[in-house]
Amino acid sequence: MQTKEIAGKQVQVDEDGFLVNPNDWTREIAQALAAEQGIDVLTEAHWRVIEFMRADFAEKGAVPTIRRLSKVGGIETKELYELFPNGPAKKAARIAGLGKPQGCV
Amino acid sequence: MKKLLILGGGTAGTIMANKLSQHLNLDQWTITLVDSDPVHYYQPGFLFIPFGIYGRNDIVKPKRDFIPSQVELILSEIQFIEPERNRVKLANNQVLQYDELIIATGSHLAPEETEGLVGDGWNKTIFEFYTSKGACNLQKFLKHWAGGRLVLNVVEMPIKCPVAPLEFLFLADWWFTEQGIRDKVELTFVTPLPGAFTKPKASQILADFLSKKNIQLVPEFNIEKVDADKSRIVSYDGKHVDYDVLVTVPTNMGSEVIGRSGMGDELNFIPTDKHTLQSRKYENVFVIGDASDLPSSKAGSVAHFQADILTENFLRHIEGLPMVEKFDGHANCFIESGFGKGLLIDFNYDIEPLPGKFPLPGIGPFSLLQETQMNHWGKMMFRWVYWNLLLKGAALPIETQMTMAGKQR
Repeated sequence: MQTKEIAGKQVQVDEDGFLVNPNDWTREIAQALAAEQGIDVLTEAHWRVIEFMRADFAEKGAVPTIRRLSKVGGIETKELYELFPNGPAKKAARIAGLGKPQGCV
Repeated sequence: MKKLLILGGGTAGTIMANKLSQHLNLDQWTITLVDSDPVHYYQPGFLFIPFGIYGRNDIVKPKRDFIPSQVELILSEIQFIEPERNRVKLANNQVLQYDELIIATGSHLAPEETEGLVGDGWNKTIFEFYTSKGACNLQKFLKHWAGGRLVLNVVEMPIKCPVAPLEFLFLADWWFTEQGIRDKVELTFVTPLPGAFTKPKASQILADFLSKKNIQLVPEFNIEKVDADKSRIVSYDGKHVDYDVLVTVPTNMGSEVIGRSGMGDELNFIPTDKHTLQSRKYENVFVIGDASDLPSSKAGSVAHFQADILTENFLRHIEGLPMVEKFDGHANCFIESGFGKGLLIDFNYDIEPLPGKFPLPGIGPFSLLQETQMNHWGKMMFRWVYWNLLLKGAALPIETQMTMAGKQR
């Protein structure tokens, strides 16, 4: 664990750069994390995903899966891949300030 | 008389029926178990059928043989559960009231969740091996197959027995070598995971096995559809892999009864406390085995460890005592690696599979995360253990909670 300045705020991140504490998250941090991931502008469609993920995490205590984003959040998987290319679940979770999604074993 | 109702007579439900018929005071309790299928399948055996190591007769026995005589067995489909009213309605409209409910309705394949999977190619060039029928169809096909591109695709997680896809490929490598056509077969593992397995150390070791056996690995492939006309699988981000034969591990879902009863999540798995195994919504409902949404493996060993915990907790719960036993996510899996050898992994929610000796620290006889002949014999002997000890709820010489003794960091 280490401390890092993102969007002018000191926050703790894990070894892969995920926020340790979801409460540290701000919209500015999301913008900065998105830029790190190669997404320069967060559009309304991106925010819809991020906001659903944060709300669902607050309620369930787990980062939602791609299936949950589609079935419960109403976000088409195809669209999710267009918004967050190459591993959308992980990328969106990171920008939403949530931990790395738990791999199911 | 108080009524305990158990839904599902697979590994988890059968063990619970046996354990609780021994531990409950049967002057005060009646136990009823409902399942629609009279046949009990030894599910770890499905893996061996496509390669002719086991046939169907090696893996089936009547369910009734494993349900104690004090337990009433009802063979019926279930219409729905009404947890608010403490009752279950069966297919013939019979209504069963309960005081306590244990749900062990398991998980099943849902190939219809993937576009194009169940079409003209199903059982011709597209197969699964997670049912007795599917495994037998694949055996008939492989017997006369001359070779080509065999692609094994895991559609999405979680799946029952997450090491089985790897074991299938390891066995395929061995079997095609035995048939003398290994040089004509291209084996590819296509998975939505970032590597061969979910846990880092095991993932690395298993990826080395894949490459040593000349099995290609395509990670982070999230399948959108099967294009059967072109014989290819296509991912959401437009990648594709061509096949001559596709062995699919389709989406796994909880029972439709759970969905119909409004008790499940988006995969019909039931929200369950990961330590006590009590339903998160209903105090007198417990969930065991594949039916829960626990972040543990969906595997028989897990159901077995959970059964020890649930028995203790259930007996305390009905006395009005706090449930002190905690399930730690313990799983223990033999991994058949072909050519008469195997690996073994032992892990829980927090500790990933590590190398070492098992179950006796420093001695074994089994080796963790290492390939040995002894591990293979452990796997083959396990069928006897399953039918004769495990289902009957007998004590096995393995700790319920995972131990670090014998493991190396």
